[in-house]
Amino acid sequence: MQYAAPTTTEEAARLLASNPKAARVLAGGTDLLVQIRAGMIAPDLLVDIKKINGIRDITAEGGGYRIGAAVSGAELGEHAGVVAMWPGVVEAVELIGSTQVQGRCTMAGNLCNASPAADSVPALVAADAVARIVGPRGERNVAVLDIPRGVGKTSLEAGEFITSIYLPKRPDRASDAYLRFIPRTEMDIAVCSAGVSLTLDSKGIITEARVALGAVAPTVLLVSEAAKALIGHKPDDATLAALGKACSDACKPIDDKRGTIEFRRDVVAVLAGRAARIACQRAGGSL
Amino acid sequence: MSKIHVTTRINGDEAEFLCDAEETLLDVLRDHLNLTGAKEGCASGDCGACSVTLNGRLVCSCLVLGAEADGAEIATIEGMASGEKLHVLQQKFLDHAALQCGICTPGILIAAKSLLEKNPDPSETEVRYWLAGNLCRCTGYDKIINAVIDAAAEMRKV
Ligand SMILES: Cc1cc2nc3c(=O)[nH]c(=O)nc-3n(C[C@H](O)[C@H](O)[C@H](O)COP(=O)(O)OP(=O)(O)OC[C@H]3O[C@@H](n4cnc5c(N)ncnc54)[C@H](O)[C@@H]3O)c2cc1C
Ligand code: FES
Ligand code: FES
Repeated sequence: MQYAAPTTTEEAARLLASNPKAARVLAGGTDLLVQIRAGMIAPDLLVDIKKINGIRDITAEGGGYRIGAAVSGAELGEHAGVVAMWPGVVEAVELIGSTQVQGRCTMAGNLCNASPAADSVPALVAADAVARIVGPRGERNVAVLDIPRGVGKTSLEAGEFITSIYLPKRPDRASDAYLRFIPRTEMDIAVCSAGVSLTLDSKGIITEARVALGAVAPTVLLVSEAAKALIGHKPDDATLAALGKACSDACKPIDDKRGTIEFRRDVVAVLAGRAARIACQRAGGSL
Repeated sequence: MSKIHVTTRINGDEAEFLCDAEETLLDVLRDHLNLTGAKEGCASGDCGACSVTLNGRLVCSCLVLGAEADGAEIATIEGMASGEKLHVLQQKFLDHAALQCGICTPGILIAAKSLLEKNPDPSETEVRYWLAGNLCRCTGYDKIINAVIDAAAEMRKV
C-alpha cells in the first residue's frame, strides 16, 4: 500500500483517477483504517485529503455554511455559527463514536462509508444539505440524499470525491433535531434514528418540514408523507401520531441482533415525534 | 517498497522515523520509537488504550497512520510527568487506587488531561461522557472518575 497527501483537489482527483479501483480516500480513517485492519478491503493507495488547502475550513456562504470534507466532528461542534443554525446536524455528528473518534471523524466520511446507520446522514438529508464533488470531469453539486446507493455503495464515480458539504441558509423560526435509539448511552450503533428540520410561522404552525429516517432501510429515507403530516399543524398529539404512522409505514427495516422489524417500526415513530417537538422548540415555537 | 520518511514532534522533541504506509502511529510509537506507554487493546478505535493527542486533539493512535504524523505535534503519556514529578492526575490515580492491571491507565490519563485543558471544572456526567471511549476491565470506573474530579479540583487551586 502507498500513502499520498496531496495539497490540491486537482492532484487528489488525479491520484484517485489514476487508480480508480484500488485507491481510497482517507479522511478521519475511523472507518477506513478499521476496515483495512480487519482485512475487509486492501487498497493499493490511500489519498489523504486532510492536507488539501481549505478542506478543513468552515466558511459562511450564501447565508449558510460550507463545511470542508476534512472538518472533524470536534471542530464542527466548536463552531458557534453552525451550532446556532443547524443544531440537529451538529448533535447528529457529535453522536459519532467517542471523544477520540470525534477528533478525527468527518461528515463526508460518514456519508461515503454508506452505512445505513450512519448518524449524520439523516440529519444532513433533513437539512437538504448538498455535497460538492470533484472528479475527472470537474465539479458537481449533489444532494446528500442522492449519495448513498445501498449498504456500502455511493453514487460517486471512479476518481470522484467530496470536497465539502453545504448547509443551506434557513429562515428565522426554523430549526432541526436528530435522535437515535441505542441500548447504551454512548459508543453504539443506531438501531433506528430520525432527523427533522422544520420552519414555523409567527403563530407556531409548521410551514415547511423534512423528515429523514436512518437504519430502517438500506439507505436513509426521506419521508414526504411524514413532512405532510406536520405541515399546517402545531406539534400536538394528533399531528405527532400522524407523523409517527407515516414513518412506521415508510420504513423497511430488517431483523437483526440490534432490533426486530416491529421494534424499529415502533421506535422510529416515537423518535420522529420527539425530534419534531425539539425542532419546534428550538425554532421558537410553544408546545 | 520504499519507506515513508516522517518528521514530527513528540512531547516537544523533534522525532524522525521511517515507516510503511500500513503502519499506524501506535505501531510507530511502540515498535520504532520505543514509546510503549500507549497500549494496543483493540486496534479498532473502541478501547482508548492507545490514546494520544495529535495537534492538540485527543485521538486513538491505532486509527492514525504513522505517515500522517508528518509535521504534526504529538503528545503521549511519556511526556506527562516532569522528570520525577508526577502530573496531578497521575498522583491522584495513585491516591484513589484508580487502576488495577494498568493497561487502560496511560490512555485514560491522556484523555483526562485533554478534558481538563478544555474544561477545568467538569461535572461527573461530563467526565463519564468524555471518557466513554476509554474502557477499563478492572476498576468499575468509579475510582477513575473520582480521581479525575479530585485532580481537577486540585489543579484549579494553583
Ligand atoms: C469506536 C467507533 C465508534 C463509532 N461510532 C459511530 C457512531 O456512533 N455513529 C456513526 O455513524 N458512525 C460511527 N463510527 C464510524 C465512523 O467513525 C464514522 O462513519 C465517521 O464519520 C467516518 O468518517 P472518517 O472521516 O473517519 O472516514 P474515513 O474512515 O476516512 O472514510 C470512510 C469511507 O468514506 C470514504 N471517504 C472519506 N472521505 C471521503 C470524501 N471526502 N469523498 C469520498 N469518499 C470519502 C473513504 O474512502 C472510506 O471508504 C464509529 C467508528 C469507531 C471506530
Ligand atoms: S487500541 Fe486503539 S482504541 Fe483500542
Ligand atoms: S486497570 Fe485494568 S483495564 Fe483498567
